[in-house]
Amino acid sequence: MATTTTIVPSGGPVAGSRSFLSRLRDGDEIARLITFLFAASVVLITALLVYELWQGSALPRHQFGLNFFRTSVWDPVFDQFGALPFIYGTLVTSAVALLIAVPLGIGAAIFLAELAPLRLSDTLEFFIDLLAAVPSVIYGLLGIFIVVPLMRNGIQPQLKQYLGFLPLFKGPAYGLGFLTAGVVLAIMIIPYIISVSREILLSVPRDQREAALALGSTRWESTWKVVVPFARTGIIGSVFLALARALGETMAVTMVIGNTPVISPSLLSPGDSIASVIASQFKEATGELYTQSLIELGLVLFLLTFILNGLARLMIVITSQRGSGTGLA
Amino acid sequence: MSARLRWRKFVSAFMLSMTGVCAVVAVCVLFFILGYLVYHGGTSISWNFFTRLPAPVGEPGGGMANAIVGSAKLLFLATLIGVPVGFFGAIYLAEFSGTATAFIVRYAADLLNGVPSIVIGIFAYSLAVLPFKHFSTFAGGFALGLMMIPITLRSTEEFLRSVPISLREGAMALGAGKWKTIATVIVPSAYRGILTTILLAFARVAGETAPLLFTALGNRFWSPGWSQPTASLPVAIYNYAISPYEDWHRQAWAAGLVLLALILIINIVARGILARSVSVSRS
Repeated sequence: MATTTTIVPSGGPVAGSRSFLSRLRDGDEIARLITFLFAASVVLITALLVYELWQGSALPRHQFGLNFFRTSVWDPVFDQFGALPFIYGTLVTSAVALLIAVPLGIGAAIFLAELAPLRLSDTLEFFIDLLAAVPSVIYGLLGIFIVVPLMRNGIQPQLKQYLGFLPLFKGPAYGLGFLTAGVVLAIMIIPYIISVSREILLSVPRDQREAALALGSTRWESTWKVVVPFARTGIIGSVFLALARALGETMAVTMVIGNTPVISPSLLSPGDSIASVIASQFKEATGELYTQSLIELGLVLFLLTFILNGLARLMIVITSQRGSGTGLA
Repeated sequence: MSARLRWRKFVSAFMLSMTGVCAVVAVCVLFFILGYLVYHGGTSISWNFFTRLPAPVGEPGGGMANAIVGSAKLLFLATLIGVPVGFFGAIYLAEFSGTATAFIVRYAADLLNGVPSIVIGIFAYSLAVLPFKHFSTFAGGFALGLMMIPITLRSTEEFLRSVPISLREGAMALGAGKWKTIATVIVPSAYRGILTTILLAFARVAGETAPLLFTALGNRFWSPGWSQPTASLPVAIYNYAISPYEDWHRQAWAAGLVLLALILIINIVARGILARSVSVSRS
């Protein structure tokens, strides 16, 4: 932490020059030990979480092996558990969400970072931060009572009428289903994309813009061909971060997806996702195999978000370092 | 002006205004959510909502007093678990630890922060429900507390690190030990940031539903003590919203309004505290 050469914490010369007893009397060693225990407990908890998920899903891992991911029958009565419909549902809803949220989110981030005066940008960012704080059950509530009727009576019949020849929009319009869940997810992840992308865009050095403008490009060309490519890695990182959120999102999806484990090419069909099947069935699950199969789904979800979060952080760090490295300094 | 240049200027103006539209749409969602909740929640809320137990289906006039108290108890437990671990852990990271240890702790915290809330629920279930063989307020508070730890830890650390080095040197030059420096100089000068962090973490877990589904479960009645299942606002919203009864839907709207108002107010207050500290240090 200390970038200067002055005498500061972290076992510097001061700590070393005094005897152990005097440090003990001042409480330094005790404080160090106590705070260490708390810090260590964070590591312990995380390790325990991974261990519990692994241990808790031992039965289906041995019984089904990789077939768990290949079969699509989910039948608790006959102890048949295949995760494919849920993985499919999670991926489809997240893809729909990204398709809507990425253009909208990045567009808004460009406006906030490049065009809006700082005061306006900060005000809008404040509202967007509040939006990110709205809990997911509230989105679910609005999803059930606003988005679902709107889908059933307005949007889905239209889609069927004009795009019904595509397999994507076949079948009855229930309102509940992949499309609705994707739309609600999109609304939920847009704030994350905007916040992170705006930060990234603001960290692009000013001379990049000025050089482009001086070469005669229009404002849009300097933004789209210079600033955005410069920030590309970081923006992709923000999308990954949002994707990790979408994959793990539980309540809002559970409330609007229809809770039916089917694989259907139609976006209008009801389905189920990993998080929502855990939410709706875990409590009622009877029998070891049933419960442990749900825990294995939890493990899958954990691994997916773990990988995505890791990649996202890496990309954001790389971009912001590039920004400060070649900045005006 | 050549046709090509005119075209380029048109594209520029068009695309830039489209980005403005995106921003407006995104922000409008917030006002739409607020407006809809205030409208529906406001017409459904009444004094009974805060003072009565849920009424059986078909009987009008029930409330959610038990869910409000339940949420308060869960959040109290969560704060009791999440804040000390996050706070002292952050002190260790910012003031005592070496680089390697700090990296491991930070990595673990980020990992924990990214875990989907439903998975936290499974974890809390297997640690705090299975061994005791029953759902409890304690298990719910434990799950929420786990979620508070990484949020509190990471940003408290940031605020501790942003305390100027000259302050530390001043304290040490006056002969204060390290612990004394931390307790009397560093923490007090970062307290606004730390308070903001704690409030934001609190607001974040106040709306969490998924970790409570199979830890605190839910309860139609009062839940005495800490070892029985308890109702909570978020879970009540979920259960009432997916029910087929009109009465219950109205209760869900009312509960949604109360919950969202609580969370947004805490957020605004927290940001206010931080903004004031920034302007003070600037002047």
